[in-house]
Amino acid sequence: MNYQLSKEQEFVRKMVRKFAEEEVAPIAADIDKEHRFPVETVEKMGRFGMMGVPIPKEYGGAGGDNISYAITVEELSRACGSTGVICSAHTSLCAWPILAYGTEEQKQKYLVPLAKGEHLGAFGLTEPNAGSDAGGQQTRAVDMGDHWELNGAKVFITNGGYSDTYIVMAMTDKKKGTRGISAFIVEKGFPGFSIGKTEDKLGICASSTTELVFQNCIVPKENLLGKIGDGFKIAMSTLDGGRIGIASQALGIAQGAFDETVEYMKARKQFGRSLSKFQALQFEMADMKTRLEAARLLIYRAADMKDKGQKYSSHAAMAKLFAAETAMHVTTKAVQFHGGYGYIKDYPVERMMRDAKITEIYEGTSEVQKLVIAADIFR
Amino acid sequence: MSLKVIVLAKQVPDTNEVKIDPVKNTLIREGVPSILNHDDANALEEALKIKDSHPDTHITVITMGPPQAKDLLIECLAMGADEGVLVSDRALGGSDTWATSNALAAAVEKVGEFDILFAGRQAIDGDTAQVGPQVAEKLGLPQVTYVREFEIDGKDITVKRALEDGYEVIKLQTPCVLTTIKELNTPRYMSVGGIYDAVKADIPTWGAKELEIDLSTVGLDASPTNVYRSFTPAPKAKGVMIEKDTVEENAEALLALLKEKYIIA
Repeated sequence: MNYQLSKEQEFVRKMVRKFAEEEVAPIAADIDKEHRFPVETVEKMGRFGMMGVPIPKEYGGAGGDNISYAITVEELSRACGSTGVICSAHTSLCAWPILAYGTEEQKQKYLVPLAKGEHLGAFGLTEPNAGSDAGGQQTRAVDMGDHWELNGAKVFITNGGYSDTYIVMAMTDKKKGTRGISAFIVEKGFPGFSIGKTEDKLGICASSTTELVFQNCIVPKENLLGKIGDGFKIAMSTLDGGRIGIASQALGIAQGAFDETVEYMKARKQFGRSLSKFQALQFEMADMKTRLEAARLLIYRAADMKDKGQKYSSHAAMAKLFAAETAMHVTTKAVQFHGGYGYIKDYPVERMMRDAKITEIYEGTSEVQKLVIAADIFR
Repeated sequence: MSLKVIVLAKQVPDTNEVKIDPVKNTLIREGVPSILNHDDANALEEALKIKDSHPDTHITVITMGPPQAKDLLIECLAMGADEGVLVSDRALGGSDTWATSNALAAAVEKVGEFDILFAGRQAIDGDTAQVGPQVAEKLGLPQVTYVREFEIDGKDITVKRALEDGYEVIKLQTPCVLTTIKELNTPRYMSVGGIYDAVKADIPTWGAKELEIDLSTVGLDASPTNVYRSFTPAPKAKGVMIEKDTVEENAEALLALLKEKYIIA
């Protein structure tokens, strides 16, 4: 086993950290407060290859591996959790399934502009009555002969409204249960497709989370992704990869809060000495650093397994479960160590704590991760 | 228009508190995080901007330094340069600006004909601002230093050269040497895809032998400059704030202080 990052991975960290410190961190508080999607930043991320890290060069990507991708999301999230999830949802949930299941024509038409960052992508699985129970899809797709007609609604869709390309799951044969679900590539502007409510969230406020509404939406025949009935399999394998992205987001948020706290503890004096001199706090910091390192190793391990073509569902679930819990633990402590200053918006740890919570919920709640891990234990 | 552009770049320590070798009185670079020298990033960026508008442009980055300076070339390639050359040899160690420019000029000649050579104004470690101009002299080419604006039209180049309180507009023709300052542009980031190509790229190392250089013109012994002492300057003391109630009182206090220090009689 090799615990050293490759030269490429080290350079990717150096480059994304510089970008995040110069382009993301300075606006993170403002875009959070204004609930403003950072269109210009995302455009730059595309220009420098951050929106297609694990996509091969022949399809417009950077030709990198999944550890470099994890590092990219981690370093962006260290500065801003919203920016991190924009990259993660786009790459893992939209570009990847087209790479894995798309036809050559679909890859040329949809994947290339996504990987180059010219288009933004999103993924629609969750419905009002199909959250953790993703099999209970109510959105229907009917074969109309020369096209598919979609009816229904998706909720909590990351990058909704700003995306050009959506991977949408819909029931094509209700009798078959999860095997009756199919996946479709839906373009912004398809007749009958509209964006519904934009959610007002606790955290990741600069990311967009919306409803997708399909009313007799016309989808061309050739926009079926994979085979009829493959939708659930596509969705589950897509979420396996997505969990590496969200785990990386969680790790980045936690690392950002940790680094802020280290600096604060050195500067802040109470009872005549720096907070960094109090052993009770030192021990807590040592514990946090240990959790961060453990989360990082779990994530890179899952990413490496994905690169090697090994079965990694359970490892991605463990990485996401542990990283999300680490993010909540570290950001909550970070606020605590900042005292009253941690609770006000002048310091970034307040935002980081709000941003952390979602990592325990989306792309499979922590409970769903445990289902995945347990299923692997007792299979 | 297909141009050949050479960029001279230097890897420098990313800190103001560098350690000094007590024997050689030169900087110890090992163990200190290194970066692409800021002004050199501007030099490369200007070359890349030419390439943006003239995609046939070929950019070669040359650096001189220890073997780990290869990382700087990887960074330059990942930003968009086409080729990197590392000039590295124990025989070149301890070179001052004169000896360094001998080696670099030899490397430039080995690369071959070119249209423009960009170099950063100066490196943040040595701060001499001599290497670019010396290379130009040794190559017998026209040079403009402190370039803050650049335009090219065929063989004709128009630059604005920064002065302390203004600028000069200078026209010259290729081939030439230009040294760049931070006002010229904002350097781009590496790209992820660029990193993956750059790490795989073949980066040649040229030593004294490959450069076919006279060993009496390079290295510590050949360097006419002898750094007899390097030190971290003591921070300047805080200024004195005069905060009396009225303008008259402030002026009076200021005059008294100036007299006390014999600045005025």
